Order: sequence, then structure tokens, then C-alpha cells
Amino acid sequence: MDMGFLMASLIDGLLLGFVFGIAAIGLTLIFGVMEVINLAHGPVIALGMFTVYFAATLLGLHPYAGVGLSAVTGLLLGILIYAIAVQRVIGQPHLSSLLATYSVNMMIIGIGTAVFTASPRNIEFSLGSITLGPATIPVARIVAAVAALLAAVALYFFMQYTRWGKFIRAVTDNRDAAELVGIPSNKVLAFSFGLGTMLAMFSGGLIATLFPFTILEGGKYELKSFVISVLGGLGNPMGALVGGIIIGLIEGLVPVFLPTTWVLVVEFVLFVLILLVRPTGLFGGRAS
Amino acid sequence: MKRSVWSFLLPLLVVLAVGLFPLVTQKDLHRETAFTLLRAVALAASLNIILGFTGYVSFGHVVFYGLGGYVAFYLVAVKGWPFWAAMLMGGVAAALLAYLIGAGILRLRGAYFALVTIGVNEAMKAFIYNFQPFGGPTGLTMNFAVYKAYGGPKAVLWMTYYWLFAIAILLVLVTYWIRTSKFGLGLLSIREDEDAAEVMGVRTARFKTWAFTLSAFFPGLVGAIFFFRNASIEPHDAFPLHVSIESIVMVMLGGQGTVIGPLVGGIGYQWMRVFLLTNPLLKNIQLAVAGALLLLIVLFIPAGLVGWLRRRFPATRRFLL
Repeated sequence: MDMGFLMASLIDGLLLGFVFGIAAIGLTLIFGVMEVINLAHGPVIALGMFTVYFAATLLGLHPYAGVGLSAVTGLLLGILIYAIAVQRVIGQPHLSSLLATYSVNMMIIGIGTAVFTASPRNIEFSLGSITLGPATIPVARIVAAVAALLAAVALYFFMQYTRWGKFIRAVTDNRDAAELVGIPSNKVLAFSFGLGTMLAMFSGGLIATLFPFTILEGGKYELKSFVISVLGGLGNPMGALVGGIIIGLIEGLVPVFLPTTWVLVVEFVLFVLILLVRPTGLFGGRAS
Repeated sequence: MKRSVWSFLLPLLVVLAVGLFPLVTQKDLHRETAFTLLRAVALAASLNIILGFTGYVSFGHVVFYGLGGYVAFYLVAVKGWPFWAAMLMGGVAAALLAYLIGAGILRLRGAYFALVTIGVNEAMKAFIYNFQPFGGPTGLTMNFAVYKAYGGPKAVLWMTYYWLFAIAILLVLVTYWIRTSKFGLGLLSIREDEDAAEVMGVRTARFKTWAFTLSAFFPGLVGAIFFFRNASIEPHDAFPLHVSIESIVMVMLGGQGTVIGPLVGGIGYQWMRVFLLTNPLLKNIQLAVAGALLLLIVLFIPAGLVGWLRRRFPATRRFLL
């Protein structure tokens, strides 16, 4: 076997794994706090891509500044989605929250395809590439992976040491008890949804600097986020980062042995098996 | 309260009205409209068996539709089976898949079950994409010579229409039987409180598995019919996740766990789609409008039209089931 190809493929997969992982952290964070599977995650990721695109083409912003703008937009959009669609279905049967978030999905995709059309977009942007032994890696991928990793670290410190981070963890543990000690739990839920959406749009922004995309592109990454979250344990944000790395490695490793089209088979079979055998994920998540 | 005979006749009449209409007018356009309506009705009514009665939210309904379609298509186009036998095998294959995975995945509850059904669908789609006997990514196409045996393409369009009509009627009978049987009572008790049902002696695992198997059999048949008349099948057409979700919406719209609800929901949803698609103002954002409507229903009338009527006007419970 060609060791050079294996190395290159693995590094490539690993780098992308961080970027996918950060989107999954958003999904799993929302589930952990309010037990809502956010089916609007994919369209939000796609909106992140479009924010970077329009920031670059209309405002002339550097793509990485666009990624920042995309994250801030995500926070506000998430709070808006929570207020409109999610707030009233908290604590109701899962069918309600699944359908409520899916209706948001339909609205974003419906308006998105009408406004942006379904034609592919591309951000003209390259940082060249560097050669590491046998592997050639585009610099933009390294930057994206580092940015995703930094975001995950920042989130960790935010959750551990800030007031609102502690609020979120308290509400995750027990909403009623949190409310009793004076935590404004509805605001915390809104903020958590905003945070999850922010991570999705941030991830989408980073992906836009790497690949061409359409408004429908988010669905693919939403499914990846599901797989990653389940691997890491639904509701366990740091597990999702490791899940992202695992998925990245699978995406790097499988094409070395099988045609690329088998990657999805491996991922989804793994996804189903994990749910069957260890529904709390490899590292333990919220118990079902 | 004594149940009126209309609780049985009303759902039957709804399906008969839709199904007989093109037989009277003999117009191709009417037949195609009725086909779309009956397909929606069949998907919604079969999903209702698991979703409405047991409360398990399956996003994987379309996997049975696609699998049934593929199996039947393969048997007709490659193996030269007669259509009716191939269709039956399509349904059996779908039911078998449901039975085999059901024992495992029905142990999961709530969001975990919903997620695993998405996973099963995506895994199946990705697998078929790589499965060469089924044509891999390009799928299979029907040689038009096959249609000759049935009297040509036009006769096939009518024949498949009759099959679908028959399946829709059968579904009404099956749903009515479930709703009024002890089996259905067991399923409803699972929906209300699964642990309590188990303690009371309902064999929940077995009940759920059979409900899931039964609900998978019908989309298998419908998929077989749809792709046979479509003359081609490929992975992206066979397993679109949004068809699963549309089916859920149709069940919700009409009223989950009722006999007539999914029928009304299916017809209403398709009618709304056509209205939006043909309205010059709303055409481009029809998906967004449909999403907004869905949100309003979820937030304000989660029991669906029939559920709302039954609650608001108790007298309707006599004949709305």
C-alpha cells in the first residue's frame, strides 16, 4: 500500500473532522440542555456558508472576518428560532420538537432557494499548500481545523468558568432545580440554542472556505453532525469533538481500502450500531 | 359511548370518493391526481400504525418504500417475474427488514428512536448506491418491452392505479381493525405509558415489533407500484428523507392514532401543495409557507384536525374514529 497516500488521506480527514466536530458540538449542546434534536441544523450550517460568501462578495470582507460575522449572526438567529419555534415545545413529546425544528428547516430552505437559487457558489480564496513528507495539505484546511479546535477550547472554558456557562450546565442537570435557585432558565435555554446555532454557522463558514456549496448543502453536514454526536454521546459536547476526529479518520481511512462511496455506508452502519449497543455514545452522554 | 357505523363508513367513503373519481371520468389527468392522493393516503395511513398508535416517531418510513420499490423492480426488470408477485415480494422484503431491525431499534425511545430510523434510511441509501445488482448509483431502468405483456404503457398506468386503490382500501380496513381491536388497545397503551403497559401485562416488545412490521409492509407495496410505473429507479429517488417527513406531517395534520385522520391529512396536505405550487405569488416560497403552516399546527393544534374535533366537540366521537 502507498504510505504517502494513506498519510495524506488521514491528515486530510483529521483536519476536516475538527470542522465537522464543531457543528456537531452545536447540535449536541442543544440536545443536552433541552432534549431537542434540532432538525434545522443543516440549513443553519448552509446559512453560515452564505454569510461568508456575501460578506466577501458584497462587503468585501476577508473570508475569515466573514466566519466571525457568521458566528455572531448565528447567535442572534438561534435565539430568534428558539423564541419563534422551540420555546413552546420544550418538555412536550419529541414529535413536537422534531416537527417544530423541521418546519424552521423548511422555511429557511424555502426562502433560501427562492433568494439564492440552488446553484453552486464558490469563494475565490486560496492560501496555497504546504508539503509534509509525502502529504500535500492546503493551508486553508489547517487554518479551519485550528479555528475549530480553538472554538472548542473557548467553549470549554466558557462552560467551566463563566457565569452563563455555569447557568447552562445547571439547567442541563436539572431545570427545575436551577429555576429554584434563581437561574432564569428560559433565557438560558434561548442562549444555549443561540450558542448551538452559532457553532453551526461558524462551522458552515469554515466549510465555505474549503468547498463549493449550495443552499441545500447543509443537509449533508447535518447528517454528519448526527453521526458525530451519537458517537460522542448525545448531549456531551466534548465527546462530539472526539466523535468528529473519529469521523475524520474514517473518512481518511476508508477511501484507502474501498471506493469513496463506501464511506457513508460505514458511517451510517456505525451510527446505527452505536445507537443499538451503546445509545449513550462512546464516552457517555445524557441517559435515554 | 356507542360507536356509530359511520366511524367505519366515513374513512371508507373518503378513499372510495378519491379512488372512484377517475374511474368515472376516465381522464388521464384525473387518474394521475388521484394516484398522487392515494399514494399520500397510503403512506400516511401506514405510518400512522407505528407513529399514531404507539407514538414512536419513525423518520425511516421511506426506507421501506424504497426497498420495496427496488426489490419489485429488480424482480420484474431483471428476473422477469409477473408484477403482482414482484410487488408482493417488495412488501414482504420491507416487512422483513422492519421485523429484523424492529426488535433492536424499538428498544430505543424518543429522540434516540427517531435518530436511528434516520440512520437506517441513510445506511440503506448508501448501501444501495454501492450495490451492483441494483445498478449502483445509476439504478435500474425498465425495458418498455416489459410493459407489452400488460397491454402497453397506458394499460400499465391503469393497472397500477387499481392496485394502489386496492391497497388504500385495505389500509382503511386494517387501520379500523387495529383501532377497534385488543391489539390496537395495547399499542395505544404503549403510547400513553409504555412502562405501565408492560406492568399491566401488555407484551410491549412483541406488539411494537408487529406494528412496525405491519406499517412497513404497505409502503413496500406502494414503492413497488410507483417505481414500476415510473420505469426507472435510482438511490436518490428511492430514499428521499423528506418523503418520510412529509408522511409525518400528513399524519399530524389529520390526527395521529385515528382512522380517518391520516386520510384527511394526506389529501389535505397534497391539496395544499398543489395550491401553493400553482399560486403565482407563493410558488417560489411554497416550501417556506408549508413550513410556517406546519409550525402553526405543531404549536397550536398538535392533535391534528380530527383529534381537535373530537376534543372540542365530544359528540363527533361517535362517528369520527
